[in-house]
Amino acid sequence: MTNFIEMTGISKHFGGVAALSGVDLTIAAGEVHCLAGENGSGKSTLIKIISGVQPPDAGGVIMIDGVEYPQLTPSDSTRIGIQVIYQDLSLFPDLTVAENIAFAQHLQGLRSVNRGRILATARAAIARIGISLDPQAKVGDLSIAQRQLVAICRALAAEARLVIMDEPTASLTRTEVDALLGIARELKRRGIAVVFVSHRLDEVLEIAERVTVLRDGRKLGTWNAQEMTPRRLGSLMTGHEFDYTITAPDLSAAPVVLSVDRLSRRGDFEDVSLDLRRGEILGVIGLLGSGRTELALSLFGMRPPDTGEIRLDGASVTLRSNRAAIDHGIAYVSEDRLSLGLVLEQPIASNIVLSILGKLAGAFGLLRMDRKRAAVADWIEQLGIKVSDPENPVRTLSGGNQQRVVLAKWLATQPRVLILDSPTVGVDINAKDGIYAIVKRLAASGMAVMMISDEIPEVLYHSHRILVMHSGRVKGEFHPAQISEAELREAIDA
Amino acid sequence: MPKTSRTMIGASLLHSHEGKLLLVVVALAVFLSLATRSFFSLQNMVDLLTSYAFSGMLAAGLLVVLISGGIDISFTATASVAQYIAMTVANHFHVGWIEVIAISAAIGIACGLLNAVLIGTLGLSSIIVTIATLNVFFGLLMFFTHGNEIFSLPDWFVNGASWVVYTDADQTPYVFNLQMIGLIGAFVLTAILLTRTNIGRQIYALGSNVEAAKRVGIKVFRLNLLVYGYMGFVAGMASLIQAQDAQSVSPNALVGRELDVLAAVVLGGASLTGGVGTVWGTILGVMLLAFLQNGLLLLGVPSYWSQCFTGAVILIAVSALAVERQRHRAAARRVMA
Repeated sequence: MTNFIEMTGISKHFGGVAALSGVDLTIAAGEVHCLAGENGSGKSTLIKIISGVQPPDAGGVIMIDGVEYPQLTPSDSTRIGIQVIYQDLSLFPDLTVAENIAFAQHLQGLRSVNRGRILATARAAIARIGISLDPQAKVGDLSIAQRQLVAICRALAAEARLVIMDEPTASLTRTEVDALLGIARELKRRGIAVVFVSHRLDEVLEIAERVTVLRDGRKLGTWNAQEMTPRRLGSLMTGHEFDYTITAPDLSAAPVVLSVDRLSRRGDFEDVSLDLRRGEILGVIGLLGSGRTELALSLFGMRPPDTGEIRLDGASVTLRSNRAAIDHGIAYVSEDRLSLGLVLEQPIASNIVLSILGKLAGAFGLLRMDRKRAAVADWIEQLGIKVSDPENPVRTLSGGNQQRVVLAKWLATQPRVLILDSPTVGVDINAKDGIYAIVKRLAASGMAVMMISDEIPEVLYHSHRILVMHSGRVKGEFHPAQISEAELREAIDA
Repeated sequence: MPKTSRTMIGASLLHSHEGKLLLVVVALAVFLSLATRSFFSLQNMVDLLTSYAFSGMLAAGLLVVLISGGIDISFTATASVAQYIAMTVANHFHVGWIEVIAISAAIGIACGLLNAVLIGTLGLSSIIVTIATLNVFFGLLMFFTHGNEIFSLPDWFVNGASWVVYTDADQTPYVFNLQMIGLIGAFVLTAILLTRTNIGRQIYALGSNVEAAKRVGIKVFRLNLLVYGYMGFVAGMASLIQAQDAQSVSPNALVGRELDVLAAVVLGGASLTGGVGTVWGTILGVMLLAFLQNGLLLLGVPSYWSQCFTGAVILIAVSALAVERQRHRAAARRVMA
């Protein structure tokens, strides 16, 4: 295989901080290559250098097709055939699929729109990866997975020879990931190189040839994908060994805190019964659309069930609003912390106390600043949130620390039942470990925790009991010690 | 299952915002035709077209700004400045139509470009910048003119140009006038810009996702110059046909009408967050407001009640639009899951 891109000695400093130091990277024509690293490892900076968005420090060499470049400009990189698909996909939701794919044609100044040519370009790109996609549909009406296909087609329409995908699997279900991998194979067959950039590479390892791992701006090495396991990759990326063992104590004697009896809600879930005990972590796993999040929302009072009963400490309760659920001691940490869980522009401190403003009020219902400061300091310490100043906006924190702020906000309500929906989405391995430790500590202190997830290792190693949901029903209950990852995967997908 | 083309048209009529709006406008027109004697008359239609030409033209310009993801509040002040200066020049120098059009176009474009430069270089939101420039433009105009109106305009301007299209049995002539030309011209020009040129598609893209627009290589600052410049140009043109219709120029006659124009464009389905809107919808939005205000007048509703009623209709229509979009999004989500 011939090398398409050879980069040697690439460094990049921002101010005095080294984002990349002396990194070498080669990408062969038609290769599937994984670029792995935690947040802050320098992988985004490396992509920006390849795509010409940022110049590297002097001294590095970029060799493409045998031509040497000290640095690339965005137009160089587009001309050579390098296309980056960013995590946000950079699409225009109000334009059609065809217009998004062939948008480059709209950049030709004052010339009038040639709809026929745009449609033809789009159809050709769609046909090349053999998918069905309506070119006249509005992108805003498509699912995330379909939007990703649009972004891939746009790269193809731009005559890509290298497609770099930034965190492509982050918001996809397993089936959608499989479809994406199929497309990556198809691109490879056509001689187009694919680089997957991710910190969640288990799936991608299956089809990659080589893996390059970055840590703290340095390259640790490039390995053949066959000799790499997810566990080894994890320890390379973080520099720690994360060797989780199954810890599932027998809690059948502990009192039941939350009991759900034949709960149904039309179109969401049906006939769900479960018991959640004091000190227990109950893992609930299922695909997107399996009803897992809908069930959580019903337990949190946001989507009242049609039939069935919810009991707290044996007493039947009706939860008509989330306020009622909070008053009954139920807290829900949503999956989408960016849009639902946090006010990103607001200070960390204000986010933490958002759910307990009433308790902090003094005379005339005015906020007591001393109480607020005490509560904030307390939670920052208890959850080990790394902050330089609690008055900084939440936006300035890393994913893991943001998730801790959300947790603090809900724990401040002193719940007896804590429902966590995909608590480690978008959080890197080190930070995940911290969150698991917090959850286990909470359970040990007597809280009943329900942890919804679509990551198998997450429920297998960090919960005491596993419920599998499928098409709105509970399909099975498993003890972590008595089921393997493969068996669990089968139960979820079937 | 094959569908007949008629049910397809019927379905798309009911599914698009424009379709629903058309039904509302038609229903209102039918009601007013039955309830009043004069609504459904050729003369009333000619009057409506003439008197709403100013608002309609501005709506076309504002549509472009809203699609780009911005907003402009200052265009009534721009129009006032443009018509005042153009007419003052016309009164003092020996000039004709071409010069007057060139002057008001130049002033309009200059004001628009100033907005774009302030928005682009200061990185401020367009609503703040244009509220400020509205006050600056208007304040300067009032200071230099002392609020004095211009009552006598050149004869060639006062006479304007109109073509008798039809004379009825009572020898009443029905004319095609400058106002209609301006109105039709603004809508046709805007429609071509938005749907037939690459620049137009770039404007939709910009309003749809600014970050993506930058990444794909759209020069945002230059595009904003064009968008706000176009709004200013349209305001300059509209100011002339308004002065011609009013037969006089008053520096404070226009400021205050910007929110009516904004309401018409939003009624027409344009989104305040950008990326969405059509000329067809804007035309219907203007028609709805025009019919409503005219109809209430003909029905003898006192003018304050008429204002209140118009406000209520805007509220209902915009709420319906919001509910419709939410449902649409929910439906799209269900498809995903």
